[in-house]
Amino acid sequence: MKKLQKADYIKMYSFMLKIRRFEERAAQLYGMGKIGGFCHLYIGQEAVVVGVLMTIDKNDSVVTTYRDHGHMIARGLDPKRIMAELTGREDGYSAGKGGSMHMFSKENNFYGGHGIVGAQVPIGTGIAFTHKYNGEKNICRTYIGDGAMNNGQVFEAFNLASLWKLPVLYIIENNKYGMGTSVDRAAAGLDLYKRGEAFGIPGEKVDGMNVFSVIEAADKAGKYVREGNGPYIIEVQTYRYRGHSMSDPAKYRTKEELDNYKQTDPIEIVKAEMLKKKFATNDEIEKINKDTLEEIKNAAEFAINSPFPKDSELYTDVYL
Amino acid sequence: MSTEILMPALSPTMTEGNLSKWLIKKGDTVKAGDLIAEIETDKATMEVEAVDEGVVLDLLFKEGEANIPVNKAIAIIGDPNEKVEVKKEAPIEKVIEEKKIEKNIETKIENKKADIIDTPSPKIEEDRNLSSVEITMRQALRDTMAEEMRKDNKVFILGEEVAEYQGAYKVTQGLLEEFGKERVLDTPISEHGFTGLAVGAAFKGLRPILEFMTFNFSMQAIDQIINSAAKTLYMSGGQINCPIVFRGPNGAAAQVAAQHSQDFSSWYSQVPGLKVIAPSTPYNAKGLLRSAISDPNPVIFLENEILYGLKGPVNNDVNFSIPIGKANIEKEGKDLTIVTYSIMLQKSKEAALRLKEEYNLDIEIIDLQTLRPLDTETILNSVKKTNRLITVEESWPFGSVGSEISNIVQRDAFDYLDSPVIKVNSADVPMPYALSLEKLYLPQVDDIINAAKKVSYIK
Repeated sequence: MKKLQKADYIKMYSFMLKIRRFEERAAQLYGMGKIGGFCHLYIGQEAVVVGVLMTIDKNDSVVTTYRDHGHMIARGLDPKRIMAELTGREDGYSAGKGGSMHMFSKENNFYGGHGIVGAQVPIGTGIAFTHKYNGEKNICRTYIGDGAMNNGQVFEAFNLASLWKLPVLYIIENNKYGMGTSVDRAAAGLDLYKRGEAFGIPGEKVDGMNVFSVIEAADKAGKYVREGNGPYIIEVQTYRYRGHSMSDPAKYRTKEELDNYKQTDPIEIVKAEMLKKKFATNDEIEKINKDTLEEIKNAAEFAINSPFPKDSELYTDVYL
Repeated sequence: MSTEILMPALSPTMTEGNLSKWLIKKGDTVKAGDLIAEIETDKATMEVEAVDEGVVLDLLFKEGEANIPVNKAIAIIGDPNEKVEVKKEAPIEKVIEEKKIEKNIETKIENKKADIIDTPSPKIEEDRNLSSVEITMRQALRDTMAEEMRKDNKVFILGEEVAEYQGAYKVTQGLLEEFGKERVLDTPISEHGFTGLAVGAAFKGLRPILEFMTFNFSMQAIDQIINSAAKTLYMSGGQINCPIVFRGPNGAAAQVAAQHSQDFSSWYSQVPGLKVIAPSTPYNAKGLLRSAISDPNPVIFLENEILYGLKGPVNNDVNFSIPIGKANIEKEGKDLTIVTYSIMLQKSKEAALRLKEEYNLDIEIIDLQTLRPLDTETILNSVKKTNRLITVEESWPFGSVGSEISNIVQRDAFDYLDSPVIKVNSADVPMPYALSLEKLYLPQVDDIINAAKKVSYIK
């Protein structure tokens, strides 16, 4: 991995901040009744997707769970259109038919946004299969929540990926709770990264609050997978500041636990490094903050003013 | 005391076998457990062991002889000092006898009946490219897959035992040899996993043909079929389609009981985003499978194990296809319409012959071919002509394809009906194992005849 430059720091900070501001705004719009249904926020987990982003090739594919807003932003997708999907409007990435949990951008190799726990794991494995079948050097990054790590199809996918040496990088985002159930109440054996061992898949555990650790691990694992060695598992230890979804008061955990994690806030860590390395002044950071806030405010404005899908859209896109 | 060695039934649907090789010769002494012959069945070539002991007195068939019915004597063993009379025609067809069907019927099909031959409809006989040779449904499916794989490198096949084993029902025979292991993939017994994988591959632009060993096992994978394959085009606002064919045998085979004998046609037909096809002859199997493989949407292709041996002519043009969503009027008639699909077409044809003979009823038979999208136009036009309708299908009665057809017909052709619509379905119970109960469970020719009489007010 080449040494991170000033521009890399600015990129990391900007993306992480953009995700956080976006999610805060989404929560606000949800409270106003502008966003319906389920809405799962990524606040606290920003270093995971942004760390991986720093190692990505744009022709690589990505597939993730329903906690997907941050993943789309990190993929460079337009926050206006993401927010418009959350508000269920025609300018949304799925034309208002998918919502928060089901968003896709084929041209950016972003394959969702899946609402069924675990289902994206075989799918991502199949996308990796296609990269290999077509003789491409690309890999598919398949994100998995800790909750899905007890789901049977995940292990079926692991077996197939290793058996057929598929270029898939599994990234477990262990945010400690599958909805309201803590990992230790759900998983027998807490080292989720070791769950590929039986299939011959190497794995490692990474501090997901620290973007630099994520970058290092993702870079190493990505190379391993890209070189045709088969799948690799990274378990990223992270934490979501908010509840599972907007309707979750998160009473299953203590305030102390949350405060503790906030001490190692991923955005603050990058900011401190930038200042220390003199890659940015306080004024410059302040400008990024202001611009980001503005951009997200505009996205929200756009999303609540975008028209609802036409009634005739009800019957389109069922078949091609 | 001599003992006859009979042609064994080595699979649930086997009705006859080929004697590929003798492993014993006249005069040999055999003990129980000794290998005596290699028999080729409808599914595989298997070695057969002796159960009784003695000296081989006679081998009644030569190596290479084919189509020897199950339960026919193939060899005689016993005491060489005892005089033996070799019967020319040994007693056979114990099993088949139980299922014996009505006489004087040209088109016969029964669960255990061997070498069923389809009588093509007049319309098909007009087809200029019709082959002079009759091939089995199994071969028609195989050929079509091979033809499409030759045309498009993105088409590949995966499933349990599809490659080295040559297919659990031999439908993929020879594909591994021609296309190699990159395009013909044996999967572990892992339906949920490999179905999701195939769906992901289809999202990314490949065109998988996924074989379920039987559709009963598709239940393990149903989340990926419904929630991923069928819905993603819609959820992505039209961005991501899923060009995949899920195929394999559906419905009852023979005495494989509840967990292996379910008809899923109405389950899948309920789902927007899926297309559902159920071929009934080698001819339409070829045309429909080609359409399914070229379709940009997920297609459920419901084959029938008993029909795999059905022989009939096919269209040999490698571009011949039958459009999805179009029913076939198998037989025109004026008195009553039977709407059916898959294996029940054969039973309906048989019923129609008897209804003509015994009650002078002129039956129109519609073979749906595609269940979703449903060709309601052809059904309605027929009902408007005959004014009477029965639906015949193997699935359970509650919420079946026939239920939906009944609804459509009462809604759109109410004034044309001269009697209520009657549905003929399987019994509303899990499939029993016993041969006698299995027959009761499945719709039989007599059930169709009784339904036809009822809608025609014949006592």
